[in-house]
Amino acid sequence: MNLENRKRELAKEFSPLLEKTTKTSKIWIGFLIAVILVGVYAFFLQLFKGHIVTGMRDNVVWGIYIINFIFFVCLSYSGAFISGILHFFKTPWKNSISRIVEIITVLSLIIGPIFILLCIGRLDRLHYLFLYPRIQSPITWDIIAIMTDLIGCFIYLFLTFIPDFAILRDNSENAPKWRQKVYKFLAIGYQDTPEQREKLHKVTRTMSAMVIALAIVAYSVLAWIFSLTLQPGWNSSIFAPYFIVAGLYSGVGVIIIAMYLIRKYYNLEHYIRKVHFIGAGIILLVISLLFGYFTFSEYFSRWFSHKIQDANLLNTLFTRYFWMFIFANYIGVLVPIVILFFKKFRTIKSITFAAVIAVVGLWFNKYLIIVPTLETPYLPIQDTRPEFIHYTATWVEWALSFAGVAAFILFFILIMKLVPIIPMSGIIDNERDQKKNKKVYKKIVTE
Amino acid sequence: MENNKTEKGGTNRRKFLKLGLMSSVTAVAGASLISNLAIQDEEVTDSGEKMRLLTPDGKIVEVDASNINKYPEALITPEESRKGIPNRKFVMVIDLAKCKNARKCVEGCQKAHDLDYNEEFMKVQLIQDNPEASPYWLPKPCFHCDEPPCVTVCPTGATFKREDNIVLIDNDRCIGCKFCVTSCPYSARQFNWGHKDKFDDTSQPYSPETSVPAAEGTVMKCDFCPDMLRQGKLPHCAQSCPMGVIYFGDKNEDIVTNGEETVRFSQLIKDRGGYRHLEHLGTKPNVYYLPAVNRQFPLERGFNVDEDIIERYKDVPYVQDLKKQGKI
Repeated sequence: MNLENRKRELAKEFSPLLEKTTKTSKIWIGFLIAVILVGVYAFFLQLFKGHIVTGMRDNVVWGIYIINFIFFVCLSYSGAFISGILHFFKTPWKNSISRIVEIITVLSLIIGPIFILLCIGRLDRLHYLFLYPRIQSPITWDIIAIMTDLIGCFIYLFLTFIPDFAILRDNSENAPKWRQKVYKFLAIGYQDTPEQREKLHKVTRTMSAMVIALAIVAYSVLAWIFSLTLQPGWNSSIFAPYFIVAGLYSGVGVIIIAMYLIRKYYNLEHYIRKVHFIGAGIILLVISLLFGYFTFSEYFSRWFSHKIQDANLLNTLFTRYFWMFIFANYIGVLVPIVILFFKKFRTIKSITFAAVIAVVGLWFNKYLIIVPTLETPYLPIQDTRPEFIHYTATWVEWALSFAGVAAFILFFILIMKLVPIIPMSGIIDNERDQKKNKKVYKKIVTE
Repeated sequence: MENNKTEKGGTNRRKFLKLGLMSSVTAVAGASLISNLAIQDEEVTDSGEKMRLLTPDGKIVEVDASNINKYPEALITPEESRKGIPNRKFVMVIDLAKCKNARKCVEGCQKAHDLDYNEEFMKVQLIQDNPEASPYWLPKPCFHCDEPPCVTVCPTGATFKREDNIVLIDNDRCIGCKFCVTSCPYSARQFNWGHKDKFDDTSQPYSPETSVPAAEGTVMKCDFCPDMLRQGKLPHCAQSCPMGVIYFGDKNEDIVTNGEETVRFSQLIKDRGGYRHLEHLGTKPNVYYLPAVNRQFPLERGFNVDEDIIERYKDVPYVQDLKKQGKI
C-alpha cells in the first residue's frame, strides 16, 4: 500500500532525530542540566533560609519570579492561541510549525506556575489553597483558570500527537523495547481508519477552539491579579487585553526563535522554509503594532491625566528606569516594526533578530509594570530601612530564572527525541490534500 | 496540660462575653473585669465555691468559682479571634496637631509585639500635602478598613475582618503569597522574609490577637491590640504616646480616649474637621485624622531622633531643603 510505504519512509526519515544523539547536543544537554542543578541548589537555599535570600523586601514584594511567571504563562497562552487558530482555520503552512507551537504551549504552562510557587513564603502550606479556598480572591480564580488551561492544553496536545504515535508504533521494529511500549501505550489503539481519522479531526478542531477560549480566560485572570488592586500603575481597565496582546507578541517571538534554532541544528531546511518565517514575521508585525498601540495608550493616559501617583510613577520610570523604559517600550517595539515592515529586510536572520528583540523587550516591559509600581505606592515610602526601598534581584533569583529557561530548552530537546518535531501525519494529510486538489484540477481541466 | 486548660478558657470566653456586663458577689462590675473571667460548660471539679454574675439583661447566673479564669492564662485561639468582641466598633483618632515624631508609639508597639528595631507596625511619615502647605508628621497604623482590599484578595482567608472593625491576620493560615501586601494602598503590611530566633519562642502560645510569635514567610501588621482591648486597656501605641496624640474608642458608644481625656467621637470629628486618609479610594478606614492646625510643637522637634531615623526621610523635599540650609 502506498500510504503505508509513505509512512514507513517518513518514520525512517525522522528516526535519526529521535534515536541519534550528536556530540554537540550531548554537550548542550549537559550544560542545561548543570544550569538546572544550580537552580535546584538556589531553590533549596531559598526553601531553607527563607525569602531573605532574594532581593524582594517589604515594598517590592514581588520580583522577577512573578515576571517570569507572567512571561511563561504568556508563552503558553499565545502558543495555545496560535496553534488553535492554525488548526481551526486549517492554515495551509501550519504543518511545519504546529508541533513546535504545541510543545512551547505545554512546556511553558508547566514551567510558568513553578515561578509563582517561588513567590510563596510558605510552600509547606500550599494545600491551604484547597483546604480554605476563598472564591473572592483573584488568586483562586487564577488557580482554577490555569489548572483548567493546563488540562485543556494537555488533551489538545495529546490529540495532535496520536496519529504520529500510531505511525511510530507501526514503524519502529528496530527501536528499543521500552520505546515500542511507550508508543503503543500512547497511540491508544489508533489505526488510522477513515472513521477514526474523521473523529480525531473533529475532536481536535473542537479542542482547538476550546483552547483559544481557555487561554483568553486564563490570561485575563492573570492580568486581573494586578489590575484589580488599587496600585497606581496596575489599576487599569485595559490590562487584560494588553496582557493578551503582549502575550501574543512574546509568543510569536519565541516561536520564530525556536523555528530558527530547530531548522539550523536539525537540518530541517526542507520543512521549515522562508515562507514560514515570513508568515510568522507578518503576524509579529501586526502584533507589534497592536502592542505598541496598547503600551502607548496605557502610558499616554497616565501622563495626560497626571494624577499625582501616576505622575510619581512616570517620574520613576523616566529617571531610575530610563534606559530600560527606552529599550522595552521604544526599541522593543520599533525595531521589529521597521525590520518586518520593509520587504527587503525580511530575511530569516533579520526576522529572528526582530523576534529576539521583541521577546527581550517584552520581558523588560513586564519588569517595568511590576517593580517600579511597587516602588511608588500611594503613600510615599518613608520611615523604612534604606535597603527596603529599591529592588535588585539576587543571584538566587537569577539562578532560578535561568534554570527555568534551561528546563524549557531541555524538555524541548527531550520531547523532540520522543516524537518528530514535524508531524508526520500532517505531511501525509498534506500530500493527500494535494492529490485531491490535483484530481479536482484535472477534472476541471478535462471537463 | 496547662495549655489545654487555657484553651478551654479561651473557647468559652466568647460565650462569657455575651453575658456582657457582670459582677460577681464580691467583685464590682467593670469593663476590664469582663475579660478576666470565663465560664466553662464542661464539668470541672467543683471547688464548692459559687460566684454569682449579673448579665446585661439583668439576670443573675451562678457559676462555680473554678470555672472562672484569670486573663493572662486565657488564650484567644485563631478560631475564636475571627469573631471579634461583641457590640464593639473600634475606631482610632490621631490628632496630627500634637504629634512631634517622638516615636514612643513606634517603640511601645515594637516592644509589645516583640518586633525588631527595624520592624514597625506603626510608621511615622512626613507628609507635605502641597508645596505651599506646611509639612506634618503622620503616624500611620493599619487603617482597619471597612472595605479592606487585603481581605478581599486573600486566597485562604488568613486575613479577615471582624465584627468589631478589626482586621487581623492568622499567621497559622497564611501561605505567604504577599497579594495582600500589594493590594494595601497604605503599605501597612510587613513580611517576615527570613527566620529569626524569636519565632521559636513558645513561652506564649500564638494568637492572632497578639501577633506573637510571628512566623517566617507570613505577613504581619498592626492589629489594634485586641488583647489589650479585652482587658479594657488602650492599644500600646495610644498608651505610650506622651502627647496624647492617639485616641482610641468605640464608635457604638461614641467615645474615644487618649488616656488623659475622654471625648465624644462624633463631636471630636465634627469640631476638629476629622478626615480619613485617601478617602477617595473607597476603603473606608477606621482611623481618623484631625488636621495639623494650631500645632503644639514646631515640626523640627521631630528631627530630635537618631541619625539613621532622620536618614529615612531623606527623599522628602522639605528635608532636603533643611539639609541644604544646614538645619539638620
